[in-house]
Amino acid sequence: MPRILILAGLGLVLLSLPLWGSGYQQRSVVEFLYFLSLAMAWNLLAGYAGLVSIGQQAFVGIGAYALVVLAEDLGLNPFLTLPLAAAVAALAALPASWLLFRLQGAYFAVATWVIAEVLRLAANASIDWLGGGRGRAVRSLGGFERGLREDITFYAALALAAVAVAGAVWLLRSCTGLGLMAIRDSEPGAQAVGVETTRTKRRVYLFAAAITGAAGALIYITQINVRPDAAFSVNWAAYVIFIVVIGGIGTIEGPIIGTLIFLALREALSGLEGWSMLIFGAIAIAMMLFAPRGIWGLVTERWNIALFPIRRQMPARFIEKETT
Amino acid sequence: MIVLSTLVSGVLLGGFYALLGLGLSLTFGIMRTVNLAHGDLVVLASFLALAVTQMLGLSPLVSLIVLVPVMFGLGYALQGLVLNRVLKDGMMPAVIITFGLAFVIQNGLLMGFSADRMVLRQGTLETAGVTLLPGLTVGVLPLITLGAVLALMAGLQLLFRYTLIGRAFRATSDDPQIAALMGIDPKHVYALAMGLACAIIAVTGVLMGMRSNFSAFDGPIRLIFAFEVIIIGGMGSLNGVLVGGMILGLSQVIGGALNPSWFQLTGHLATLAVLIVRPSGLFPETIDRS
Amino acid sequence: MTLLHLENVAAHYDQFQALRDISLSVAAGETLAVVGSNGAGKSTLMKVICGALPASAGRVRLNGQDIAGQPAHRLTAQGIAMVPEGRRLFRSLTVEDNLRIGAYAGRKGPWTLERIYQLFPELVKRRDNRGLDLSGGEQQMVAIGRALMSNPQMLLMDEISLGLAPIVVNQIYRALPDIAAEGMGLLIVEQDINRSLSVAARFCCLMEGRVNLTGPCADTDRKALMDAYFGVSA
Ligand SMILES: Nc1ncnc2c1ncn2[C@@H]1O[C@H](COP(=O)(O)OP(=O)(O)OP(=O)(O)O)[C@@H](O)[C@H]1O
Ligand SMILES: [Mg+2]
Repeated sequence: MPRILILAGLGLVLLSLPLWGSGYQQRSVVEFLYFLSLAMAWNLLAGYAGLVSIGQQAFVGIGAYALVVLAEDLGLNPFLTLPLAAAVAALAALPASWLLFRLQGAYFAVATWVIAEVLRLAANASIDWLGGGRGRAVRSLGGFERGLREDITFYAALALAAVAVAGAVWLLRSCTGLGLMAIRDSEPGAQAVGVETTRTKRRVYLFAAAITGAAGALIYITQINVRPDAAFSVNWAAYVIFIVVIGGIGTIEGPIIGTLIFLALREALSGLEGWSMLIFGAIAIAMMLFAPRGIWGLVTERWNIALFPIRRQMPARFIEKETT
Repeated sequence: MIVLSTLVSGVLLGGFYALLGLGLSLTFGIMRTVNLAHGDLVVLASFLALAVTQMLGLSPLVSLIVLVPVMFGLGYALQGLVLNRVLKDGMMPAVIITFGLAFVIQNGLLMGFSADRMVLRQGTLETAGVTLLPGLTVGVLPLITLGAVLALMAGLQLLFRYTLIGRAFRATSDDPQIAALMGIDPKHVYALAMGLACAIIAVTGVLMGMRSNFSAFDGPIRLIFAFEVIIIGGMGSLNGVLVGGMILGLSQVIGGALNPSWFQLTGHLATLAVLIVRPSGLFPETIDRS
Repeated sequence: MTLLHLENVAAHYDQFQALRDISLSVAAGETLAVVGSNGAGKSTLMKVICGALPASAGRVRLNGQDIAGQPAHRLTAQGIAMVPEGRRLFRSLTVEDNLRIGAYAGRKGPWTLERIYQLFPELVKRRDNRGLDLSGGEQQMVAIGRALMSNPQMLLMDEISLGLAPIVVNQIYRALPDIAAEGMGLLIVEQDINRSLSVAARFCCLMEGRVNLTGPCADTDRKALMDAYFGVSA
């Protein structure tokens, strides 16, 4: 099973990285891992459930502020707030879904953004509690020795990404995944064969919110200062969409490749502030026009490979040879 | 008197928002898709007006002579050369492409013009006012804007109702496959619709650029306001745009009067309230269905 | 003279082949009845002829010119019109606007609003109603009128009696000879074989995407036709 070997080898390299890697490498991998988690979550929504959100920054921000409130106001260990941030984000996603699921397609997309915008403004307006526009810092992180803090951050990021990828694979292989594929092919058709489309979509939406919320908390563990305009910035959505579009929507491998490309490109374009966002936008447009299945789609067109097989094989007896 | 002038300014602000929503409503009504670069195209039009006024020495309102056809062509090309290619793949490609375009426009403007806030000057028109009652003065520019909205809405009504191409618009919006059987090229109709929307965007960009200053990154908030107008007014309903704009303007102005930092927030909350109570808006699909 | 001529035409929906090796022809002024059970490919055949679905193989000729691969909106201008299955009126347009939009391509010919109202007088009092406020029969008249307004050379009609009361169907069928008298070719699809054979000169029976029997309507062997229809191999 070469695939298992590759994955195990990769896992081992990652797990041991703090032993041999430099601080810069470690921080870069953390960044890779949280972008991967964000991308995985968005990909589940858009690529599998047909829910094109441009407002996932709402949950990045919720996760970030959950970190601040739980660690600073309630005195919890900042790293222990990660699962709680996930729970808070999922909890917030529930009422949001009641509202959003009344809307179709592109309207859903803009409405997710409006909700994120409302949260950004609300955080800006909450001056006494959340520090208004200047935000708040996670001071309790200062209690950790720097090396230790970076190591825990690294393993937390690794755990988050593992949960995001494994969760996505598991969700897609479960009944929910089957239902999702039916919905993606034809929503009325899926309903007709008894898929509870709304419940299936809601499950995915909450899962994506939880992953995004935990990623938000993790991101602000590395950045320490939480400001509303940054935490609720639509740029989070832009980065994530770019990652998934370039890697390949609706695949597990796509976001991995996309995150690597995104980080490399951002590195190459660093210092060209405006140009980099312009180029990201232009690449996303070009990909949608000329390679809508992304780089991974181009790869699988040529070679028939899959790192994470989620497609079910059709039993041979159902594949009938065409007779003339 | 304070109450009255607050209400009046809300209504007048609503005129700007109605104009903002009109272009978006038109494209949604015909193509059933939201152009996420809508707000950025409005800002682009403001910047283009600035460039035209500076280069040709025209005033902003006169610059529309140049701007309207240019923006029409831009819209036609955007739909005809780009968006029409992904029509058959559902709404996701169009959403992502226009989202990408938003970032291209924002950062292109940033590089082309700088991050400074700009403003369009039409003599003293922006500051001119008419005193209706003692203590109640209304700006001339908001009145012009309100007039422009009403004129554009009436024009669109006439177009849709009484011209062959207008009927072709409605037929294509109803059923593009059958429209094609009538000899209508749906892709051409879509491109015309986007061109028309962008021509309206040109007017919007000039009037909004005269009302307040603008910068390269103002597009997203304009898109959100435009979106809220059509959510409140009812999706695809051209007449609903007027009421949607007024309600958004009023709720912002009232919220802002209670607490200046609530200005935008109350507008968003009004939209979400409409979504909860009447998800199809206050006037679901009226005009182009009449 | 042959007006419409299909030669070894095939059509696919993605992987699924819905038509294979179809050859048939219709002369000016002639009516051809296409029959076949559910899913035989009758509607698909019409979609291929009018350009709504591109043929994946073979030739479609109109007056000797190959038209395969041209989009539907161009073919309307060249004289192909269709009354689609399920009528599909434009719901936001009035009856009269539905008829007017039929003339969008601008072909000249005998059919005008007045002629349509003569053919279907009951539409006159409904001219300002929305299409969907009409009864099924009236809607079908609008759909036929809309197609005629383009002054076609070749008119395709897909299940025009579907869901209508027999009395209304009779009324619509009485109008067909008037339509055919203008010299256009007619291609009629019906579930009810007797109905379409009664107005057609020849028939063509489809089965699983293939032509499995053709012949004149006048002295058909009913048993052979029934066998072809139900796919009983002779
Ligand atoms: N849009 C489509 N996508 C995929 N398959 C289709 C599509 N339309 C039709 N088919 C398939 O093509 C075959 C022929 O369909 P078609 O509609 O031409 O049949 P028909 O003879 O008109 O049947 P009916 O009498 O029910 O109208 C059927 O097997 C049908 O399932
Ligand atoms: Mg059929």
